[in-house]
Amino acid sequence: MAAPLVLPGCAGGQSALDPAGREAAEVYDLFVVMVIGGGVIWLAVIGLLVHACRRRRRTWSEEGAGRLIAWGGVAFPVVALFALLAYAVWLMPSIRPWLDRSVPEPAMIDVTGEQFWWRIRYPAEDGMAAFETANELRLPVGERVAFSLRAADVIHSFWIPSLGGKMDMIPGRTNVLSLLPTKTGVYQAPCAEFCGASHAYMAFSVIVMDTKAYDDWRRRQAAGNRPGGSEGERLFAHHGCAGCHSVRGVTPVAGLGPDLTRFSDRRTVGAGALANTPENVARFIRNPSAIKPGATMPAFDMLSQGDIAAIAEFLTGRP
Amino acid sequence: MRLLPKEVESLWTLFTGPTIWAVHFLVCYVAVAIYCEKARTGPFTFAEMRLALVLVTLLALAGIVLSAWLAWRQWGFGSGDPPHDAPTREDRLLFQGFATLLLSGLSFVAVLFVAVPLVLIEACQP
Ligand code: HEC
Ligand SMILES: [Cu+2]
Repeated sequence: MAAPLVLPGCAGGQSALDPAGREAAEVYDLFVVMVIGGGVIWLAVIGLLVHACRRRRRTWSEEGAGRLIAWGGVAFPVVALFALLAYAVWLMPSIRPWLDRSVPEPAMIDVTGEQFWWRIRYPAEDGMAAFETANELRLPVGERVAFSLRAADVIHSFWIPSLGGKMDMIPGRTNVLSLLPTKTGVYQAPCAEFCGASHAYMAFSVIVMDTKAYDDWRRRQAAGNRPGGSEGERLFAHHGCAGCHSVRGVTPVAGLGPDLTRFSDRRTVGAGALANTPENVARFIRNPSAIKPGATMPAFDMLSQGDIAAIAEFLTGRP
Repeated sequence: MRLLPKEVESLWTLFTGPTIWAVHFLVCYVAVAIYCEKARTGPFTFAEMRLALVLVTLLALAGIVLSAWLAWRQWGFGSGDPPHDAPTREDRLLFQGFATLLLSGLSFVAVLFVAVPLVLIEACQP
């Protein structure tokens, strides 16, 4: 009865109960089967309990009780557990298509977990150049994508609940995960392995788009920013931001921090910590650790308000 | 006076089933682990190794069935009812037979459970 009231809480962009991908749908099916199976067994056990507590009781013969125990307590659990185990194990290859090595590693989207953000490298594809971006993943709907997952410092975990199960990112190792998004939309992906003070602020957005929009986005990303000669652009290089951050087309390549090319396309600042607005970008630049404890970007509170505002304007404005 | 009885009554047969289960578990686990580590250099395929482990599984099940049958015999084929708790040699024997029979049943199921992933999972994770 409470279900219609409670279930809407399970919808949304970060819920395994609202699947938007093939693998997530399999996990969801497994969940439903287990919940219903568990529910039926629970009801049966409670039913027996009520039966045992009933008022006017006619006692069971010893033989009858023995039979009930043998069937209900031994045969049934053995068969039920066997079936559930077999079902779960049988489902495993489709929930985790890690065996699908049809995509060679260079053609995978490479995601590296770093304290406390996500480095994302898209491979060259269909005449579109390879490029690096960060903290936001865009995927074409209805196409299988494979990820090679790494970690730069400590263990992180890659998890897009709406699209599939999680996969750890382990320093020194490359794990592979493959997903098939089936619904366009915006989803959230939290880091799923405690990785330090700002673990809770380490997330990325996933935007599943139709193929045409996706290709346009890729082309724009690969092309990079157009130099506009604005004050913010100059200050970005002048104050040393460009030593850690690339803005392709405008600054030389730098790899210490997240790539900031076409940053205005991004939904969030600080790997999901804040919404992407000029005010929030300015706040982040002034003191990243005030927003994300332990963030490795230094504070720039010695810069004037005006300079920070100009840089924020440059980052969030037309690329 | 003697410290040890003339005939040592042994509890060891009790553990036949669980021991077979443990050995079977180890063999399967270790074989797959080593195979997957050396997958590219091994002289046989995953399917062949799986077939070998299926044979090991059948052997283990046969061993457990044998131990169960011996236990059943020791228990007098169910002629008396448990709990067999009188302090007599007779009851000790019956008790041990009955307990071994139950443990054999448990081990049989456990070996099957161990074998399920073997049948359904088809390759090593790269
Ligand atoms: C020492 C290297 C370094 C310097 C210098 C640096 N940053 Fe960063 N920056 C980082 C790192 C590392 C992060 C990721 C922090 C996190 O989210 O944990 C980051 C994150 C950011 C983000 C958020 C990116 C996103 O996708 O959410 C912005 C915006 C940013 N920096 C702007 C700047 C600006 C503007 C400057 C110059 C005033 C600057 N940074 C200087 C290393 C640096
Ligand atoms: Cu993390």
